[in-house]
Amino acid sequence: MNTSATLSADAAHVAAGISVRGLKKVYRDDTGDVVAIDGLNLDIHAGEFLCILGPSGCGKSSLLNILAGFEKPTAGTATLNDEPITGPSRLQGVVFQDTSALFPWLSVYDNVGFGLRNVKLSKAQKAEKIRSTLKLVGLHDFADKWPHQLSGGMRQLASIARVLVTDSRVLLMDEPFAALDAMTRQQMQKKLIEIWQATKITVMLITHSVDEAIYLGSRVLVFTKRPARIAVEIPVDLPHPRVVTDPEFNRLKSTSLTHLGF
Amino acid sequence: MSSSRATVFVRRLIPPLAVLVIWQFLVTQYGVGDGFIPAPTEVLAALQEWIFGDGGRYSGSWWASLRDSALRVGAGFFAALAIGAPLGILIGRSRLASDLLDPLLQLLRPIPTASWIPFCLIFFGIGSGAAIALVAVGAFFPIILNATAGARHVSTLHLRSARMLDATPAQILWRVVLPAALPSLLVGARIALGLAWMLVVISEMVAVKSGLGYELWDAYYYNRMDVVVAAMVTVGLFGYLSDLAIVLIVRKYLFWNVSTAK
Repeated sequence: MNTSATLSADAAHVAAGISVRGLKKVYRDDTGDVVAIDGLNLDIHAGEFLCILGPSGCGKSSLLNILAGFEKPTAGTATLNDEPITGPSRLQGVVFQDTSALFPWLSVYDNVGFGLRNVKLSKAQKAEKIRSTLKLVGLHDFADKWPHQLSGGMRQLASIARVLVTDSRVLLMDEPFAALDAMTRQQMQKKLIEIWQATKITVMLITHSVDEAIYLGSRVLVFTKRPARIAVEIPVDLPHPRVVTDPEFNRLKSTSLTHLGF
Repeated sequence: MSSSRATVFVRRLIPPLAVLVIWQFLVTQYGVGDGFIPAPTEVLAALQEWIFGDGGRYSGSWWASLRDSALRVGAGFFAALAIGAPLGILIGRSRLASDLLDPLLQLLRPIPTASWIPFCLIFFGIGSGAAIALVAVGAFFPIILNATAGARHVSTLHLRSARMLDATPAQILWRVVLPAALPSLLVGARIALGLAWMLVVISEMVAVKSGLGYELWDAYYYNRMDVVVAAMVTVGLFGYLSDLAIVLIVRKYLFWNVSTAK
């Protein structure tokens, strides 16, 4: 693991690539073995915004949990910058689907500062880092609020901030906006692109919204039903901000839908 | 419909006042209770003498009795908290501790606390020690069981969040498990404190020669029912005040817990 990497107050988000080879994940339950992933190969390039699109229960979340270090693969390898992923670390941060993932007993400021606890920085440097990250996600006026006082969208922004503040190399997002209403969701997508462009952090975002995947991704991978394999790879070369009514947008959308079986 | 604070206050005051007036009336006008039931005015007079009198039976001894009982409640309660809270959190977080200790606790729990009195007397003799021990035994169970439940149900999202932000095991215990378990722990503490007042009275009736419970039982033998009721009122009042203290602690420190803090 790359834990020897020390953070400095002005360290940029050094984007990193992820490599997955021959990945297999089997869950055991009463009815027998469930093969979630079987022989998956994939690369996430440094600095790209990769969207993974797939039907429910196709093993997308298993992949994310393995990349996050929360779960161990049954076989195969997952590496981050050529180092095997052996457990969770601040190198690869996660934004969960559930909007209650912030610590409810800490203020927004302290939630964002949580990951700096074991980082060797002065108090003032940490405060500056927290302030600038909150500013980046647009929550600078909400530092002294508590999570229960924020809307679902703001809580997800704070979740992004607590990962970014530690100079994470990879942002793993598991349907982060699925619990939000349609309007908020669009605002969040726009904001997320701004954040990604500002930090150039590597992003992997899982979704089952075709629109979301094509609106956000620099590349979209459509997964098959379980066990997860890549059905098709769709590079999205459209410039940001993307227009959902654009003919090219719709052509990519219909390609995705075809591979999802619609 | 919302009512003003004053209206609510008056509305809440009516039933207790009505009970007092009817009670007074029944005793003084109709002789209900054949002289064994004191009227509220007699209770008030007894209480006044008990608090402000100077020496003699039921005269001026209120302060010392209250102090003795309150100290026993406090000592027993905090002993139970000091042992029960850490042990409960351990059982909630460790499968080994749970397998070893949970069955034992479930076997001991149904034994009525008052039936421990003989053992309290054998180990501590007639005196404060026996009362404190009995209070501690009774307060121990709600504390440990609620601490266990609180620690057991820490959200996986919060544990994963802490791990991905590089929290150490000690930080996870102090900054995640403990705050997450606190609402449940305080529910247990509140039940325990209520039990503590009940048990201190029981133990002072049979095992100690001082305190509010002792004076209550003594007054019964001397047919001073006015003092008996005065003692009941005193215990009720201080039971209420100690409960209020926990409620205020919950409001102040657990405001983030939207389900318990109101």
